[in-house]
Amino acid sequence: MTERQPVAAPGLGGRTPSTLDRVVGGRRGRRRRRVAVMTTLAALIVAVFLISLMVGNTFYPPSDVVRVVLGQDVPGASFTVGRLRLPRAVLAVIAGASFGLAGVTFQTMLRNPLASPDIIGISAGSSAAAAFAIVTLSLGATEVSVFAIVVGLAVAVLVYVLAYRGGVAGTRLILIGIGVAAMLDSVTTYILSRAAQWDLQEATRWLTGSLNGTSWSQVGPVVVALLVLGPVLLAQSRNLAATRLGDDTAAALGVRVDRTRLIVIVAAVGLIAFATAASGPIAFVAFLSGPIASRIVGRGGSMLMPAALVGALLVLVADLTGQYLLGARYPVGVVTGVLGAPFLIWLIIRTNRAGGSL
Amino acid sequence: MTTEHQLLVERLALGYGDRTVIDGLDLLVPPGEVTAIVGANACGKSTLLRSMSRLLTPRSGRVVLDGKDVHRLPAKQLARTLGLLPQSPIAPEGITVADLVGRGRHPHQGLLSRWSTEDDVAVAAALDATETSELADRHVDELSGGQRQRVWIAMALAQQTDLLLLDEPTTFLDVSHQVEVLDLLTDLNRSRGTTIVMVLHDLNLAARYADHLVALAGGRLHAAGTPHEVLTESTVRAVFGLQNQVITDPTSGKPLMLPIGRHHVTV
Repeated sequence: MTERQPVAAPGLGGRTPSTLDRVVGGRRGRRRRRVAVMTTLAALIVAVFLISLMVGNTFYPPSDVVRVVLGQDVPGASFTVGRLRLPRAVLAVIAGASFGLAGVTFQTMLRNPLASPDIIGISAGSSAAAAFAIVTLSLGATEVSVFAIVVGLAVAVLVYVLAYRGGVAGTRLILIGIGVAAMLDSVTTYILSRAAQWDLQEATRWLTGSLNGTSWSQVGPVVVALLVLGPVLLAQSRNLAATRLGDDTAAALGVRVDRTRLIVIVAAVGLIAFATAASGPIAFVAFLSGPIASRIVGRGGSMLMPAALVGALLVLVADLTGQYLLGARYPVGVVTGVLGAPFLIWLIIRTNRAGGSL
Repeated sequence: MTTEHQLLVERLALGYGDRTVIDGLDLLVPPGEVTAIVGANACGKSTLLRSMSRLLTPRSGRVVLDGKDVHRLPAKQLARTLGLLPQSPIAPEGITVADLVGRGRHPHQGLLSRWSTEDDVAVAAALDATETSELADRHVDELSGGQRQRVWIAMALAQQTDLLLLDEPTTFLDVSHQVEVLDLLTDLNRSRGTTIVMVLHDLNLAARYADHLVALAGGRLHAAGTPHEVLTESTVRAVFGLQNQVITDPTSGKPLMLPIGRHHVTV
């Protein structure tokens, strides 16, 4: 029997420099790609954001748009751009980022791309709650958001409890979530059908998501939620990444798995609820952003920031498309729904075959 | 050489729901040695290992590391001293070997601290030690079972703990890869003084590679000591309910157990 060379202590002589070079080189390469993709996404968001301020019934040149954004008074543009288009575009970015961030958080935590909040009923719950609060109770923006969060969390707990049988299996949770989502959607439809003034605009908002008629008062709470809860989630990104190795492995690495899960669920449901209370459950954005981000960034690192950027871009582009490129004006959720449905089908087929993750 | 850590189990009772798995167990892990835990299926080997790395809270009794109850130590602090490789860890789809091994650095990183040169050095050393540096940029999904197990061990090495617990590190591997993994763990023990505790299925490999053998039966400690003390015909009969003959392994001088079934026995 031949003796194998004993291993060297870490950081001392025996390590060949080439391995360290390889490790550092590989990590820098992946990081470069990540930074390049994220920079490109950010640049695209800025570009589409400005375009969506320029186009409409009246075209305003970039110079006017920039002056309005900077707070200067421009006759005509100040109202159209500042009051109509700007809040809409800001909400598109913020809600898109919130959905993307919350969606990828759930997908990562439950290790399944189908486990996104818009598939497992959380968005449907927040939407039904928001529709009830606004259409039936006529509450103000903040109360609506709080109500949407409470119901969103309750739905998350409900789905979890229903799926619990000595542990939570992803597939059972997803199927139960889909059922709960269907029930909650019918609640929303019922609320809308009983509303005093039946309004198609309101209906599309709560059923598929829409940015029509966005005002600054709706935008404020969503911005605050993203500024508070976004960093909370980002701070958990390393713990979240460790939980992808399995609960036992994560715990052995010093992650407090239950605590991480609790923080992450509350923050993600909060993001979903605030965004939903303003824009409705924009179809499939939470579901699509993570998988798209992981395909363009590479799948090793944290997907939270990339998914937030993809979500923002997705909603901006979908809203612009829905408004101006399809002949008639469609709410944003219809466009994202058209994108998301085939992907959902493809993913279900693939998961059936391989049992894939993000 | 690493500092010596005292890991012991005192009157430990463990269970899931109504079922008691371990009932009043005392155990001392000899520092700087390789300990193998053996026993019949469902005798509580893995449960014991999970509790020793505080994944499972005891019903009574405690697991003590250097005089302190592990269930009261801060999670990251414990994870810098004691590592665990569970039986079936999950590799995230699309992760590279280097990134997976890098996850072992988690307990050494603060909330906001960035990836440091020290982390890179630890990952490189772990790859070298497990001879997986050629695989650094490959995706974990593409690897063979033996390569993958070496990569998981590399992750545990990057954690740089003085104690390493492994739950059946050789399952699903063919015999040459089993020997390769056990050789690797022995290398670690000899060159770094890492205390190793592993659950093993194969009695003969356990007797070959362990300095200290622990046999569990019915949730209790049946025997503990050197392989010569523990791997005897009477212990195997009591722990596994199996007729057997124990001879001296001609390649290692360690005891070698030959099972005796109802067929194919000539003596």
